[in-house]
This record gives sequence, structure tokens and C-alpha cells, in this order.
Amino acid sequence: MSGIILEVKNLKKYFPVLKGLVFMKQIGLIKAVDDISFTINRGETFGLVGESGCGKTTTAKLILLMEKITCGEIVFDGKKIDQQSDVDLIEYKNSVKAVFQDPYSSLSPRMRVGGIIAEPMVVSKTFSHKEIRERVSTLLDLVGLHPDSNNLYPHEFSGGQRQRIAVARALALNPKLIILDEPVSALDISIRAQIINLLRDLQNKLGVTYLLIAHDLAVVKHMSKKIGVMYLGKLVEVAESKRLYRNPLHPYTQALLSAALPSHPDIRQEEIILSGEVPSPLNPPLGCRFHTRCFNAEAVCSEEEPILKEVEENHQVACHLIKI
Amino acid sequence: MGKKLLEVRDLKTHLFTRRGVIKAVDGVSFSVDKNETLGLVGESGCGKTITCLSILKLLPNPVGQIVGGKIIFDNVDLLSKSEKEMRKIRGRRISMILQDPMTSLDPLFTIGEQIAEPIRSHQNLERTNLRKKIIEMLKLVKISAPEARIKEYPFQMSGGMRQRIVGAIALSCQPDLLIADEPTTALDVTIQAQFMRLLKEIQQEFNMAMIMITHDFGIVAKVCDRVAVMYSGKIVESAGVRDLFNHPLHPYTKALMGALPKMEEDMEKLTTIDGQPPDLGHLPPGCNFAARCPEVKEICRCDSPILSEINDGHVVSCLRVQ
Repeated sequence: MSGIILEVKNLKKYFPVLKGLVFMKQIGLIKAVDDISFTINRGETFGLVGESGCGKTTTAKLILLMEKITCGEIVFDGKKIDQQSDVDLIEYKNSVKAVFQDPYSSLSPRMRVGGIIAEPMVVSKTFSHKEIRERVSTLLDLVGLHPDSNNLYPHEFSGGQRQRIAVARALALNPKLIILDEPVSALDISIRAQIINLLRDLQNKLGVTYLLIAHDLAVVKHMSKKIGVMYLGKLVEVAESKRLYRNPLHPYTQALLSAALPSHPDIRQEEIILSGEVPSPLNPPLGCRFHTRCFNAEAVCSEEEPILKEVEENHQVACHLIKI
Repeated sequence: MGKKLLEVRDLKTHLFTRRGVIKAVDGVSFSVDKNETLGLVGESGCGKTITCLSILKLLPNPVGQIVGGKIIFDNVDLLSKSEKEMRKIRGRRISMILQDPMTSLDPLFTIGEQIAEPIRSHQNLERTNLRKKIIEMLKLVKISAPEARIKEYPFQMSGGMRQRIVGAIALSCQPDLLIADEPTTALDVTIQAQFMRLLKEIQQEFNMAMIMITHDFGIVAKVCDRVAVMYSGKIVESAGVRDLFNHPLHPYTKALMGALPKMEEDMEKLTTIDGQPPDLGHLPPGCNFAARCPEVKEICRCDSPILSEINDGHVVSCLRVQ
């Protein structure tokens, strides 16, 4: 059970910026995701971190085929995913599912929990009524909810329980990959720990692969085997999570880690406070996109764009200043 | 240092709703010294925000009522003040920063006008001096090109900048006490670090006391001097920040700390707290935490614990510890 399950190659998503009502003119391009490549191994968790607007969620949407890909390809389980051919697409969509951030808006308030969890199975048309009913109660049990809850509505549940329902729905068709888009950021600490433990237990039990998108570095580190750091639509560093935390190489990763909150008042790490904010993706800086906020930028950084290259085993960085 | 600025004694704030009386704050006592930062930690619905709204007497009327206790600010009981007198205190002596910078600014006014509002109502300044003061405030919170920014509207700014504007409004009259209600939850990690450092710098410059409401022990570890942990309307433990992190005594505090993934170490499993916080409208007898407590004993279900001092400055309300 090893090997690559998902490979993303040179993925790009550009959103045109239009002006005018009738005769719309394109006045610019927002490069939300700009040429990123990474691989996820079967049964592992890949974490994607970065600040808001860096393209994490757009990447997730591209993998879920919720947005049209501008350029690049997705290879899932050895097969290239073509957005045109339907037959393979159904299979792909059945094996890639998602859990979203806000459990209050991602569940339909007018459907009963049983219906919400059964919906993917009803749509797939491969289950009989009896099978669906049995599977719903198995799933409820799997995520730690009472089997009787299938007759209730989402509003009768708390935030943590709703997130469990969302997980059950994602698991309904036995997917191979689940995309977790900020699955715990809307929850309280004690509930957050419950959901994190649940997700890890499910991974051990079912061997499902996760792509975890979050901005909380401690959560990402706790859950992921490998982590990719994004900045303004680019991947700037990819490494095994322990290696990344022990030895961050890209200045942005260093700043991000130093800004993370300590777990004890006696831990005083060196603080790197970045000046300013993330530049607009409409006019990203030339050269390295981070050079405007980088604390050791050199002349070459504003001229040439660095490419992601391997500096040591399982550790890739895109920075001019790191020599191999 | 060492002088008490604010003392809350046995504060009880109840919400009178159609479903019945909800004891949102039920006998809370704490104090804040000058130049000190107190962290008020707890999960949502534990009464952190209601406690702070009670201090400013900004409770939703007529639902929220302070039914008992004393709030002594600078040797005066705030509960005896009239609404007119309270207006002179709010913004000038006690200010508040709210959680969401997207909704706490008025979209129809320029940020210059919004910063001017508290200054105008508390200080008599001429137009030119007022403008100077606004620019000074913008510089204090490190907004670049303040002369140009003064005419801009909130929508033209990013989240981090808006939160700094909210900070500028709160600090414009140099308050003695700043209440920050989860000021950074809506912000990104690096922006959060920027804002926290800014608050700390300003605190030192003005000798200001702060109450930091948060649910994140990381923020507590970073900026607070003392911590009070709240659970279902009561303070369950309060201590100096190092004391609390080194020797947490209350099971709830321990569980909350264990529930946080840590960067420094690898953990297989996080501690969880089973179940949900109790319904504040129908509290069971005994300790409020008994139903979820991993170390519960028979006595916890019938007797209510009281807050008592274990070590110097370390108070805890748990029957097992006492």
C-alpha cells in the first residue's frame, strides 16, 4: 500500500479580471495558482500551509474539478484526469471527496442527516435502498455518532458533531483521497482535538489519503507526513514535516514558523516579523514573489524567478540564496 | 506595578431569555493590576465576552442584567455609575477591541472620521490639532502614508490593516485598560504576530493594562502575565502564566492544554474532552465540569467547589485538589 496516489504537474489557474458590462475587456490576470507540482503518497497526509489568498483553496478546488484548470495536469492513481471524458471522471469524482471548513454552511439545513450522508450513494446509483440504509448507520458509527441521529436535522447538532456528519458524507463512497479544507478552524479547542483524533483514527483504519489545507501550523504538523508551503500561488518549500520544522530553509517558512504561537511561556523563539502584507496577486512582484518582504533579499531575487529544486532528500526549496 | 486597577468581585450577569434565565456569568472574581496583561481563556459560550461587556456595561438591554457583584475600577464602583457617567469612561479610560475587524468598522465613514469620533467626544481639539492627532494615531499603529490613508474607507484595506485601525480607535484617548476580545482570530499567522507585538509595544509605552480574551493558549503563553480559565460562567483556575503552564491543577485546564497539538514534540494522540459544555439554562448540581471530567469523584456531582488559594496567587476551584 505505498506509491503515489496523486500527482499534480505544473498546475495553473488564472482568473481573468474583466472590465465593462457589454463589451468586456480583459484588463489583467490573477494568477491564483501558478505552476505548482507535488505528489501525495497513498495512505499519507499532505499538508498545504500558507496565508489567506495564497491559493491553497484554489488548488483544492482544481483537484476536485470544481474549477476549470488553465494549464497543467492531475494524475490520479496512475491515470491522467481529463476534464472532458465522462466515464473516468465519475470514477475520479467518487474517489476524491472533500470536507470543508464551516460545518454550519456545508450541510443543507433542509435535509435530514441520513439523507445528507446517503446523497453520494443515491447519486452514484450503485447501491440498493437496503444497502444505503445499512451503510448510513455503519458510517454514523464510524464517526462516533449515535445511529438514531439519521432522522435529525443538522441544526440539532453542535459544530463538532456537524463536522463528523461532513466526514461521514465524505466517506460514503469509500474514497481514496479526502481533501480537508480547514476542517477544524471553526471549532473550539476541545472539539478540535476530537475531530483531529477522529481523522487520524479513520486514516489508520481505512487507509485513506488526506490533503490537509490549514493555516494552523501546529495542526498541520501534527497530522501531516509531508508539508508544502505556499506563497502567492507558488510552492516555496516542500519537505517532510519533521524536517521542515527542524530545518526550514525558505525565509518565508522561517518567518511563518517563528510567528507560530509558543506552547509554553518559557519558549522564546527568535521572532522574525515580516513587514507589510502579502502583495496583490494581480500584480505579483517580479522575480521571487517573496522578495518584497524577504529579510535577506539580494539583487538577483527581484530579477529572476527561483524554481523549486531538491536540496536534500525529500526537501525542495525555491530560493536563490540556498546553494546546494 | 502591583497597584490594582480593576477588581471584579463576585460578578453575576444573567441573561433573561424566553427560554428562561441563563447564568452566563456566575460569580466571577478577578483583578487586573496596572501595566499587566490578564488572559481570560475558555471555549465559546463560557462567558468571557459577557464578563467584559459587563465591565463596560454594554450588555444587550433588557436581556442581559448584572444581578450581583461589584466592578471596582480605579477605586470607584462602575455599577453605581449612571449611563451618562459611563459614557465618559468608555473609550477614554476603558477601551475594547472586538474580534472581527470586518464588521466593527462602519463601511460608510472614512477611517479618519472613525478615529476622530472618540477623540472628539472626549477631548476638545481644534480641527488642525484633531487631524494631527489622527495622523499620530495612525503612525502609532504603523500604517504607512497616514496622510493619504486618512481619507480611505475600510473596504480599501486588508484585514490586518483594519484591525490596526480598530486598535487606533481604541487607543486614541490613551485608555488605562484595554479589553481585547480575540483580536487576532480573524487574522493570518504572520499578521497576528505583527499585531501582538504592536499591542505589547503600545502597552509598554502607555503603561496600559490589558485583558486578553482568547481561546488559544499560544497567545496566552506569548503575551499574558496572569491567566484566568473560565468554564460555563465561572473561573475554574487562575494563576501566573508560568505557574499555570508548569503546574495546571484543574482537570479542565489540563485537558485544554493536552488538546492542543504542539510544534516542539510529536504526539500520537491528543487528549480530548468528551461531550459538550453544559446548558447554562439548566445546570446540574455539583461541579459544572463533573459530567466531562476525567478525574470525577462521587462528591463532585453533588457539592459545588469554591475558588480557593493553593499557592501564592494560584487559585483553583476543584474538590479533588482542595
